[in-house]
Amino acid sequence: MELLTAIGIGVLFAAGTYLLLSRNVVRVVLGNSLLAYGTNLMLLASGGLGRGAAPVLVEGVEVYTDPVPQALILTAIVINFGVTAFLLVLAYRMVQEHRSEDLAHLRGVDDE
Amino acid sequence: MNNLVTLPVLLPLATGILLLLLHGRVRAQRLISLLSALGALGLALYLTRVVWTDGIQVVQAGGWAAPYGITLAVDLFSGMMLVLASIIELATLVFLMRDSQLEQERVFLYPVLQFQMVGINLSFVTGDLFNLFVAFEVLLMASYYLLTAGGKPGQLREGFKYLVINSVASTLFLATIALLYGVTGTLNMADAARKVAALAGEPIVTLIAISFLIVFGLKGALFPLYFWLPRSYYHAPPGIAALFAGMLTKVGIYALVRVFTLIFIHDPGFTHTLILAIAGLTMLLGVLGAISQMDVKAILSYHIISQVGYMVKGLGIYTPLALAGTVFYIAHHIIVKAALFLIAGIIVRITGTTDLKRFSGLLASHPGLGLTFLATGLSLAGIPPFSGFFSKFVLLRAGVEAGTWGIVAVSLVVSLLTLFSMIKIYSRGFWGEATGELRPIPRLAYAQVMAPVLLLLTLSVGMGLGAGRFMEFALATAEQLMRPEAYIEAVLGR
Repeated sequence: MELLTAIGIGVLFAAGTYLLLSRNVVRVVLGNSLLAYGTNLMLLASGGLGRGAAPVLVEGVEVYTDPVPQALILTAIVINFGVTAFLLVLAYRMVQEHRSEDLAHLRGVDDE
Repeated sequence: MNNLVTLPVLLPLATGILLLLLHGRVRAQRLISLLSALGALGLALYLTRVVWTDGIQVVQAGGWAAPYGITLAVDLFSGMMLVLASIIELATLVFLMRDSQLEQERVFLYPVLQFQMVGINLSFVTGDLFNLFVAFEVLLMASYYLLTAGGKPGQLREGFKYLVINSVASTLFLATIALLYGVTGTLNMADAARKVAALAGEPIVTLIAISFLIVFGLKGALFPLYFWLPRSYYHAPPGIAALFAGMLTKVGIYALVRVFTLIFIHDPGFTHTLILAIAGLTMLLGVLGAISQMDVKAILSYHIISQVGYMVKGLGIYTPLALAGTVFYIAHHIIVKAALFLIAGIIVRITGTTDLKRFSGLLASHPGLGLTFLATGLSLAGIPPFSGFFSKFVLLRAGVEAGTWGIVAVSLVVSLLTLFSMIKIYSRGFWGEATGELRPIPRLAYAQVMAPVLLLLTLSVGMGLGAGRFMEFALATAEQLMRPEAYIEAVLGR
């Protein structure tokens, strides 16, 4: 399970980084999201990957999963949702104004 | 337990919500924003005073005991940052109210400004790393809006890059938090400090420390991660640029100082030496970037980078005197930098450009502006009697005492080059024949945009003339930072 999660995180990070480095605006947005997913998995793994137990601690329960990472992931997902939504709108407006979705044309070295 | 600690966050939050309800009623929004900013300033001053007399103030949110709930804690360093944040907020507000270029996006300007302050203030008072992440996101979200509001092509383009870079940095921040949680099982800074102390020497701790350095280095524009700053600040609307230049990068520096004086202090031979080397490179490359530019805003943006190097240098030397220098420098820099960006905003209003090749001779028509710029520029370069001189002097002396001669030499050279580029702006932009088309500002509006600049300049002079008094405060702050046990005890209560 640990190995599988580690590989999964690695793949997400690698794919995210690859997309982030491409010149297309949409790919950059997608890469950003993939990186965030990888991080969420990483948060989950940081609490230890216990199986078959609820994140509840009451009298008499010996085995439980760590509830903190789950709370953190929930927050992180919401934040990422907001940021991605804003990013998409911004990308759309930018493409509209500049009539190009190729970041090589959006370097902006000489000014408008 | 002191609920006062929550107010610097709650006040702007409540104001922001109220302003949303007053949608479209600009006059009311202005008045309430101003009152709120004044209230925040008074609150921050009072809070700092309480910390000064009674020690570190702590609140456990919701009454959950320390390592489990979210801790809010204010020590002298946080207190000072809160005061500075509200001063800059006030100056920015007064300036923005006269900036007619922002007419069309006034709709959400004031509420979002308040949410920006929520994020900034929360990152100063929080004692919890995940909460710090949330605070960063709040302030970034607001900054995305403020940077792109108006929708000019350049703003959208640079805003997109700014957003992507900051989003990646936040992702890294979260990943680092996951690592730290995996290793120590805590997110509370004070508790993490204790757990990390028990793990001192483990390679994973160094890995986490360096990850934090990268994350905060990106936010605070340290070498080699400063590349995003000049262009995005260049395109920010004038008043907003002052707020960003004054406060935003400094939030990253605050977090860096906090983490590397509280949690990762057990291997200074590696971490703090690395920070020192980075500081030197940041200073040097930032100022070289500034020299190569021919635009007032671009020059000022590069100077932010070079000066972030100065602040971090004190952290790298890591003695009480050096940290006091860092504290002094941060205070000086925030005030002076915001003033300079406001002046750049006024120049844009008058000449329509900040390109030094396209205007000159402003001194003849606007002597007040010219002299104010000269004074502020000299303060930035470190000429007495302004605050810049004393803050640099303290850092130099700390460097000499610690025997770090390399960094002392670099900072002297950088100072000289800073002076050079300030004089370049002054001699090209203000001296000489008046060229370019001038659009004179009405007298009243001129007075109103100059007022915040003069206020900030007065503060800089005051900090210079009262350097002894302020140094006392800076030394006490550094003392607190150098002895994290007090902070840990105040938070964990044992």
